[in-house]
Amino acid sequence: MGIEIKQLSKTFNTQRALYPLDLTIPDGELTVLLGPSGSGKTTLLRAIGGLELPEGGTIVINGVDVTYLTPGEREIGFVFQNYALFQHMTVFENIAFGLKIKKRQYRPGKKEMKNRVLSLIKRVQLEGLEDRFPSQLSGGQCQRVALARALAIEPKVLLLDEPFAALDTKVRHELRRWIRKLHQELNLTTILVTHDQEEAMEIADKIIIMNEGKVQQIGTPLEVYQEPTNPFVFRFLGRTNIIHRLEKKAFVRSHDIELHKEKSDTACLEAVIHQARTIGSMIRAELIRADVPEFIEAEFSYDYFHSLNLRPNDKVFVSFKKVKYF
Amino acid sequence: MNKSILIRSLLIAITILFLTLFLILPLFTVFYEAFKRGTDVYFAAITDPETFSAIRLTLVTTAIVLPLNLAFGLCAAWAITRYRFRGKNIFITLIDLPFAVSPVISGLIFILLLGAGGLMEPLFQKWDIQIIYALPGIVLATLFVTFPYIPRELIPALQQSGEDEELAAQTLGARSWQIFFRITIPKIKWALLYALILCNARAIGEFGAVSVVSGHIRGETNTMPLHIEILYNEYQFSAAFAVSSLLTILAMITLLVKSLIEKINLGERIHGN
Repeated sequence: MGIEIKQLSKTFNTQRALYPLDLTIPDGELTVLLGPSGSGKTTLLRAIGGLELPEGGTIVINGVDVTYLTPGEREIGFVFQNYALFQHMTVFENIAFGLKIKKRQYRPGKKEMKNRVLSLIKRVQLEGLEDRFPSQLSGGQCQRVALARALAIEPKVLLLDEPFAALDTKVRHELRRWIRKLHQELNLTTILVTHDQEEAMEIADKIIIMNEGKVQQIGTPLEVYQEPTNPFVFRFLGRTNIIHRLEKKAFVRSHDIELHKEKSDTACLEAVIHQARTIGSMIRAELIRADVPEFIEAEFSYDYFHSLNLRPNDKVFVSFKKVKYF
Repeated sequence: MNKSILIRSLLIAITILFLTLFLILPLFTVFYEAFKRGTDVYFAAITDPETFSAIRLTLVTTAIVLPLNLAFGLCAAWAITRYRFRGKNIFITLIDLPFAVSPVISGLIFILLLGAGGLMEPLFQKWDIQIIYALPGIVLATLFVTFPYIPRELIPALQQSGEDEELAAQTLGARSWQIFFRITIPKIKWALLYALILCNARAIGEFGAVSVVSGHIRGETNTMPLHIEILYNEYQFSAAFAVSSLLTILAMITLLVKSLIEKINLGERIHGN
């Protein structure tokens, strides 16, 4: 079960948004579609939700071919980046909307509807705000209403399009943790689109990294971070140095760099400290290679850096804890 | 004396003088002339059978024109804001055509098209349908002149509101008509009401286009503005002004409702924020 995507492709005018791709999204997991803007991640999500008609290929949700079904027939919940709440309806009416418009034989009774909406309001922690209008709520509250509204129709799949992008940092972190917790309680197959790699790492069971309309790598957060399969993934997931050595490109993470005062077999690359800045609990230093004019960005713990007792323009030898060649 | 105060006083004085001369004085004149020869003459004029028939024709015409314009206006505004198609800009320009063309010419177009010797005359003659010099012609002329009001108001309203809410409703399983009546209409209701009021005011007051197609048959094809002209030309000044006062009252009610709607709309927005 889950979502099976076969040979799905999409072109806007002459611009390829998605190259034919095959994908399986497992049941009950929280999958994150991660990529820079223009990578095709949102197009893929909207195609799954039925808001974008694919050019070719099929989409099967829980065994049902939904490729040509309308969004409403797919039993999905969709949460938009800008919430898209109904401005002329209260919180209660927004959440009840999906139930109210059902055909009579599927529509719950008045009392049951009220109970369901109120329990959803409780679940998204908006008790007491049911009679407010969207314009009277904060961004975080709006997004929780949007989520409750999507959950009200008991969807088989929850699709979230950059749900935290419009929120400030603090609220974003809170909501992230809260969505993670909600997902653990509901076990609903969920796909979340984001361009923020930290967000993906924090929230995902599985990450699908996309670029230029193609899937680059699929794996758990640990797998994609530790074993990136191509240069794009390596560079996208963290601060990266590309060090040119003997005709080869070595990919090194900023935090995989060590400094030494003496030259040795492992530490043979000579560099000069250009500048060092304290960022919270760590030091971010810029080094300039002695042999070629190339910058190296390195991150150290505060204690480590100060134990070396280095000052700007000091000469050092650099070694790498982990290097990746492609 | 401060220069800016002088300029301010001057501008206010000019504005007040202008409004008095061109708006308040005529308004006063209408009622003054209407009642000049006493209330008996006034009420005799407005209860005259021919006046009565003119009022009825105006109201019937408006009652037919408004719903048709509403339907056309919604379709046009929807098509322009929600779909991309060839020639859209030409279409938008064409909507404004009735604003640009003199109403008399609008009326003439229908005469040439549907009247005696007109392009489409044989078609209607076959079925024995009278269009020119009858209610259908008056309705067509009024329709033509008042068509732009509703799309002109609705296009910006629809553009401004975007279609995210409609998409959200779609994912929740709403069908097209449910989206239209439960999401779109409530979003644009004030713009719609405002447009209807403007359209209504213009439909009641239209003179030029209707004058050309009506044929001025007393008690049959005279609308209120046409009836006023006839009375005036026959030197029945008090009667002419009496019927005019009715139109004026209608216009004032329209303005009152319009400003009331603007107030409520503004209040709702402030309350909302």
